[in-house]
Amino acid sequence: MKKKVYIKKFIQYTFLIILGLVIIYPLLWLFFSSFKVDNEEIFGSLNLIPAKWTLDGYINGFKGSGQYGFDLFFLNTFILVVPTVFFTIISSTIVAYGFARFEFPLKKILFSLMLATLMLPNAVVIIPRYILFNYFKWIDTYYPFIVPAAFAGSAFFVFMMVQFLRGIPIELDESAKIDGCNSFVILLRILLPLCKPALFSMGIFQFIWTWNDFFNPMIFINSTYKFTVSLALRMTQDTATIVIWNQVLAMSVLTLVPCIFIFFISQKYFVEGIATTGLKA
Amino acid sequence: MKRNNKNIMKIHKKRKWGYIGLVYISPWIIGFLVFQFYPIVASLIYSFTDFDMMGNANFVALKNYIYMFTKDRDFYNSLKVTFLYVFYAVPLKLAFALAVAMILNARLKAINIFRTVYYLPSIFGGSVATALLWRFLFMREGAMNNLLAVFGLPDAGWLSSPKLALFTLSLLTVWQFGSSMVLFLAGLQQIPGELYEAAKIDGASRIRTFFKITIPLLSPIIFFNMVMQTVNSFQEFTGAFVITNRGPLNSTYLYVMKLYYEGFQYFKMGYACALSWILFAIIITVTLIAFKTSKSWVFYTSGGGR
Repeated sequence: MKKKVYIKKFIQYTFLIILGLVIIYPLLWLFFSSFKVDNEEIFGSLNLIPAKWTLDGYINGFKGSGQYGFDLFFLNTFILVVPTVFFTIISSTIVAYGFARFEFPLKKILFSLMLATLMLPNAVVIIPRYILFNYFKWIDTYYPFIVPAAFAGSAFFVFMMVQFLRGIPIELDESAKIDGCNSFVILLRILLPLCKPALFSMGIFQFIWTWNDFFNPMIFINSTYKFTVSLALRMTQDTATIVIWNQVLAMSVLTLVPCIFIFFISQKYFVEGIATTGLKA
Repeated sequence: MKRNNKNIMKIHKKRKWGYIGLVYISPWIIGFLVFQFYPIVASLIYSFTDFDMMGNANFVALKNYIYMFTKDRDFYNSLKVTFLYVFYAVPLKLAFALAVAMILNARLKAINIFRTVYYLPSIFGGSVATALLWRFLFMREGAMNNLLAVFGLPDAGWLSSPKLALFTLSLLTVWQFGSSMVLFLAGLQQIPGELYEAAKIDGASRIRTFFKITIPLLSPIIFFNMVMQTVNSFQEFTGAFVITNRGPLNSTYLYVMKLYYEGFQYFKMGYACALSWILFAIIITVTLIAFKTSKSWVFYTSGGGR
C-alpha cells in the first residue's frame, strides 16, 4: 500500500519537473545563448551551455549600434516608469477611498462608468489620445504615461483598491471620526497602514506592465534618445542587416532582469494580487 | 424643537461628510473626461471624416465604413486572422492552465516552487524581449528546427509558413498561462473535498468526477478567464508585430496591427477610428454572447463564485 503511494508521488513529481523544464527551457536558452560567442555557435550547436563563455554580447550590446547605448534606454525607462507607478498608487488609493467610504449623489453611476472603462479597448482611444497629446505638445515626452496615471487612469487599480478597502471594517473609520479625525487623516493614519499589501501589489503590477509596454511608447515616443528599452530592443531588428544575436539576447536578458527581481522578492503579493482581484493577462 | 434641530444638523453633517467623497474621486472624474470620454466621442466623430493628421478633416458620412466592408480586402483578412488567433490562443491557454492547476492542486510538498516556475514566463506579459525570444526559437535556423532535425524532420516553417505562423504566435500567449492558472488553483482549493470523497464512494470514475464536479464548480472562474482572455486576444499586437510583422501572405496581420498601419503609417486617422469602432463592436458582441450563453453552463453557488 505504502509503496503504491510512493510510486504515485514519484510519477507526479517527475511529471511536474519535466513540465517545469519545458516551460522554463525557452528562458534558459535565452540566458545561455546570450553568453555564446557568435551566431554560428548559437544556431549551429544544440548545446544549451556555451562552449566558451563570453561577455561580448553584453558589452557590445550595451554600447548599442547607433549613437545611444542601453544605459540611456534603461535610464529613460526608469524615468518613465517610476513616476507612473508612483502616481498610479497615490491617485488610485485616493479615488478608491472616495468610492469605498462615502455616499454621494450619482455614486453608483460613476462607479459603473469606471468599471465600464475596464472593458474599453486601448485601440479605440489611442488615435484621439494621440491627437489630444499632440495638441498638448506631449508627443515625444513621457507625459502621456505619467499624467493619466496621476488622474487614476487605470480603472483596474482603482477597482482593486476599492475591493481591498471594502474588506477593512468601517468601524475603524467611525471611531476615528468620533475622535475628531478628518477624512484625510483617517485615510492616512488608519487605512493606509492596513493597505500595504494592496499598495505593494499595485506597485508591482504597474511597474511590470509599464516596463514591458511596447505599443504606447511606440505611438507616443519618436526620438531615439528618448526610447525605452522595449523600443530599443525592437530597433535592433531593423537597423542591422545581420542581427548579431548574442547582443540582442543579452539585452533581452537585461530588460527582463528587473521584472524577475521584483517577482522573486514579492511573490506573495503577486499571487495574492491575482487571487483577490481576479485579473489580467 | 431643539432636538429636531439637532437631528437636522446631524443629517446635514452626514451629508456633508458624504460629499467629501466627491473631492476624493475628482481626479478620476477629470481623468475620465479628458483621457477616456473625450477620446471615445472624438474617435466616433473622426470615424465619419477623412482626418489625416495634417489638420484636414472633411465629413465623409459612412464612406470609411462602406470602404471597409466593400473594398478593403485587408480588412476581411485581418478579421479572419484575428478570429483565428483568438480561436487558437484562448482554448489552448485555458485548457493548459486548468490542467496544470489540477496537477498543482494535488497535495505535494514544494508545490510553491513549481507554481513559481510555471508562473515565471507570465510576468513578462507582452514584452519585446519574449517576442524576440520566440522569433529566435522558431526562426529558420532556430532551436526548434534544430530539434526537429535531430529526429530527422524537415524545417517546419514555424514562422514562414502561412498556415503555421499564426499558430506559433499563439503559442507565445499559451506559454504565459500563469494568471489563469493561479485563478483556477484558487477555485480548485475552494471545492470541498467531501464532494470528491462522496463521488469516490459512489464509484464515479475520474473522468465523470471531473465533468460532474470540477467543471461545474469551477465554471464561474472558467467563464471569467474565458472572457478576459478573449477580450485581450482580440487586441493582441506586440508579439505579432515583433516576431512576424504582417507575416507570410499577411497571415499574421492582426486587426490592431492593421489599425496601427492605417493610423500611424498611412496617417488615415479617420479610417483607423472607424476600424477601431468595428473592433469595439465585435468585442462587445462577443462578450454579450458569452454572458447570454453563460446562464446555461455557469453555476453560481451562493457566495462561491465571483
